[in-house]
Amino acid sequence: MARAAIPGRLTWQLGRVVELVDETPRCKSLVLEPPDWRGHRAGQHVDVRLTAEDGYQAERSYSIASAPEDEQLVLTVERLEDGEVSPYLTDQLRPGDELELRGPIGGYFVWESSQGGPLLMIAGGSGVVPFRAMLRDWGAGAREVPARLLYSSRTLEDVIYRNEFERVAEKGADVQLTLTRQWPADWRGHRGRVDRDLLAEVAWPPHQRPLIYICGPTAFVEAVAEALVEAGHEPGRIKTERFGPTGT
Amino acid sequence: MPPGQYITPDFPVLSAGPTPHTPVQAWSFTLGGAVDEPVSWTWEEFIALPAETVTVDINCVTKWSKLGTTWTGVSVDTLLDAVQTEAEYLTAWSDGDYTTNLPLDDVRDGKAWVAYEYDGEPLEPEHGGPARLLVPHLYFWKSAKWVRGLTLTPDDEPGFWETHGYHNYGDPWLEQRYQGD
Repeated sequence: MARAAIPGRLTWQLGRVVELVDETPRCKSLVLEPPDWRGHRAGQHVDVRLTAEDGYQAERSYSIASAPEDEQLVLTVERLEDGEVSPYLTDQLRPGDELELRGPIGGYFVWESSQGGPLLMIAGGSGVVPFRAMLRDWGAGAREVPARLLYSSRTLEDVIYRNEFERVAEKGADVQLTLTRQWPADWRGHRGRVDRDLLAEVAWPPHQRPLIYICGPTAFVEAVAEALVEAGHEPGRIKTERFGPTGT
Repeated sequence: MPPGQYITPDFPVLSAGPTPHTPVQAWSFTLGGAVDEPVSWTWEEFIALPAETVTVDINCVTKWSKLGTTWTGVSVDTLLDAVQTEAEYLTAWSDGDYTTNLPLDDVRDGKAWVAYEYDGEPLEPEHGGPARLLVPHLYFWKSAKWVRGLTLTPDDEPGFWETHGYHNYGDPWLEQRYQGD
């Protein structure tokens, strides 16, 4: 018996770096122009490949931060101290350089307006990157779907996309921050980790059947997903994307 | 190590949804589909089957590899001995509605196990416990976590990641990560 049919291959291509944006002391956004981009859905990622002079290659996956409607492809990269790829991307890369990439990849952790809502996104740290894409996509179209982002960050300084989120909030998205390590004296957002109590306050109740996306470090995603299931949310309405201490 | 991979000392977790927590009292394992007679084992029956301990390298499609991991479980050969079949493929299915497809030849002759111990300890839920499929020669998404059964099929039926852009077969040595690779 034959194996299932195979659609087209995702080929490696060189994307030109148009701009580099400092998001936080540890995170940078890379604005790219890939020559042959077939379009993507909010939530998908790309693979990036670096090749050393001796031919050694290293590949990593990065979430796409730009919406399908955006003209340029944006990746946001967190610098990992002992990383093999991220320090090059955040420290060495310059506008005009070319970066080898292929994508889009992943067809599950995606949101399109046809999937409806209420759309609840819960991010830990740099796990917020795919939600920038989803919120931009939401802002460009399906704003009748209620959208809410709960974003957990260590400090205010570590919050990525602050201006961006202020703009989507003006369009009607509900963006709520919680700071876990320290907060300004006049901080009016949430304090502490995303736990059962905070979820009860922020998440829609289970009977409203929110479509829930959780992205962040493994321990964060495990804890949040488990608390939501215990609160009565259907496991089938919860999509997760996790990355370990080594990153993905 | 297969091309494009890097070694990690950690054991990263990747799954599409919340971690299921099926107690072993409610657990069973079923071999069904295109077989003469489906067979099911309770947890007690399953762990009484002849067990093997293997040390293998595992390769995740997200680029990490972990070398020399040690697992204990039941060889899929032992399970297949319990049925007659003409099938050439199988779908492994799990709690949490996960599925993955494999050619039957890829789980025969000492190539695959249903593992319930990692490093001599019961397998943690976040790593697939109570039991997961272990098919170390393919990318690790083929090693279905929380596995509850194998459904034998005459035709190849793409599973969860296989219908979401990932390669249908997933040979790490050929870097078959995504559709068309």
